Amino acid sequence: MKKAFPILAVLTALFLAYTFYQAMFVAPTDALQGDVYRIIFYHVPSAWTAFLLFFINFVASVHYLADAKPSTQRAAKWIAIAVGIVGVIIPYIPQVRDWLQTIGMYPSSAATTALMIPALYFVVGKLFRGQDVDVLAVTCAEVGVVFCTIVLITGPIWARPVWGIWWAPGDIRLTSTLVLWLIYVSYLVLRRFSDSAQTQKLAAVLAVFGALDVPLVYFSIWFFRTQHPQPVIGGGGSMDLRMLHVLLLNWMAFLCFGFLVCWSRFRLEKLRREVEEAEALESLEEHGSPVVQSSAKVPLGGGSR
Amino acid sequence: MRSFWSITLATLAKDIRLEWRSKDALNAMLFFSLLVVVIFVFSFDPLAEESRHIVGGLVWIAFLFASVVALNQTWARELRNQVLDGYRVSPAPGTALFVAKALGNFLLVSLLEALMAPLFVIFYNLRVLGPAWQLVPVALLGTWALVVNGTFFAAMSLRTRSRELMLPLLLFPVSIPAVIAMVAATTSILTGEDSAHFYIILLVTYDVVFTTACVGLFDTVLQAE
Repeated sequence: MKKAFPILAVLTALFLAYTFYQAMFVAPTDALQGDVYRIIFYHVPSAWTAFLLFFINFVASVHYLADAKPSTQRAAKWIAIAVGIVGVIIPYIPQVRDWLQTIGMYPSSAATTALMIPALYFVVGKLFRGQDVDVLAVTCAEVGVVFCTIVLITGPIWARPVWGIWWAPGDIRLTSTLVLWLIYVSYLVLRRFSDSAQTQKLAAVLAVFGALDVPLVYFSIWFFRTQHPQPVIGGGGSMDLRMLHVLLLNWMAFLCFGFLVCWSRFRLEKLRREVEEAEALESLEEHGSPVVQSSAKVPLGGGSR
Repeated sequence: MRSFWSITLATLAKDIRLEWRSKDALNAMLFFSLLVVVIFVFSFDPLAEESRHIVGGLVWIAFLFASVVALNQTWARELRNQVLDGYRVSPAPGTALFVAKALGNFLLVSLLEALMAPLFVIFYNLRVLGPAWQLVPVALLGTWALVVNGTFFAAMSLRTRSRELMLPLLLFPVSIPAVIAMVAATTSILTGEDSAHFYIILLVTYDVVFTTACVGLFDTVLQAE
C-alpha cells in the first residue's frame, strides 16, 4: 500500500499534465466567449468532485448513525434499497418528468442519482467498518470543501467577463453551491470545536441535517429565479463534442487527484487517532487508579479494547 | 402517550414559570431587538415605498439574532446542578424534553415578535398592500422553523467548547432556505405584488421535515457520550 501511493501520485500528475495540455491547447476556442471559457475545464470537474464527496460524506454519516444498533442498521439498509427503487421509477412518470424539466433536471440524471444512494450505501458499508466510517466522513468533508472553494472562486472569475457581473444573487446553482459550502464549513467548525468523545455522533447528525437542507435551498431559490430570470450556464447538450471530451477527461483526472488526496488524508486521520488512543492508554497506565492499571494491561497486549 | 404529553407540559410549565419570575431571556431579547431596530433606522432612511421592500429582510434579521439570545439560554439552565444528567438517566423520553423546550422558545419568540412588530410599523411608516392576515401564518411558521432547529442545535452545541459562539454557526447555514422563504413571503405580502402561497408551502415543508428530523435524532444528541 505504501509503495502504491507514490506510483499513483506520479501517474496522477502525468494525467493532470496531459489534461491541462488538452484543456489549454487542444480544445477548440468558444465562438462566443473566446478563451475565457476554458476555466470550465477546472470549474465543472471540481464541482462534480465536490458534490460526489459531499454525497459520500452523507452516506458515511448515515452509516455511522445507523450502525450503532442492529435494528436501525437493518432499517437503514431497506430504506436505501427502497429509495433506489422508487427513485429510478418516479422520474419517468410523465407528470414528474415534466416537472423535473421545469427545475432543470433530466429524468435520467435524477434516476442515476437515486440509484447511487443504495449503491454507495452498500459500497461504503462493505469497505469501511466501525470508526473507519467516521474517518471517511471527515476526509470527504474536508476535501469536498476544498473542491467546492475552487468552484466558488473560478465561477466569478468566469462570470465577470461573460455575464458582466461577478455574482448573480438569484441564480439557483450559485446560491445552492454557496449554501452547501456554508453547511460543510459549519460541519468542519463543529468538528474542530467539539470534544473528541462525542464529536463523531454530533457531526453525523449535522451532516444529515445538511443533506435535508439542500433540496429545500434548491426549491426556495428556484421559485425566486422563475420570478426574476438570471443568466445560467446552458445545459450540457449544447456543448461541442470535442469540448465535452476534454471536460470528461479533466473530470477523470480530478477524480484521480481527489481520490489520492482523500486516501492520504484518510491514512493521516487514522494514524492520528491511533496515536491518540495509544497516548490515552499510556497516561492511564502512568496516572490511573490501581483498578484501571490492572485492566489496562490486558487490552495493551491485544491491541485495542 | 399520555405520559409523553404530561412530561412535556410539566417541563414547559416549569420553564414558563422560571421565565416569568426572572424574565432574563425576554428582557435581553426585547432590548437586543430594539437596539437592532434603532440601528437599522439610523443606517437606512428609506421612503415608505422603499421600506416595504426592505422591511421583510430587516424584521427577520432582527428576530433571528434575538432568538439566538433566547436559544442560548435554553439548555444552560439545565446544566446547573446536573439537571440534564438527571434527565438523561431517568426513564422519561428525551423527545418530550425537546418538544417542551421547543414550545417554550416558540412562545417566547412569538411574544417578542408581537411586541416588536408595532415598532417596525411606527419607525418605517408601514402600510401593508397585500393580504395582511397572511403575515400571521408566515410569522408562526417562520418562528417555528427558527426555533425547532435552534433548540436542537443549542443542545448540540452544549457539547462543544465556546458553545454560545457555536449556535449561530450551526443554525444559520441550515436556516437559509427558511429565511429566504420568510423574507420573500413577508416582502410579497407587504408590497402586494406577488402571492406568498409558494413560500408558505415551502415553510410548511421545511417545518415538517426538520421537526421530524429533530424529534427523530434528539435522543442521539442527548445521549451522546
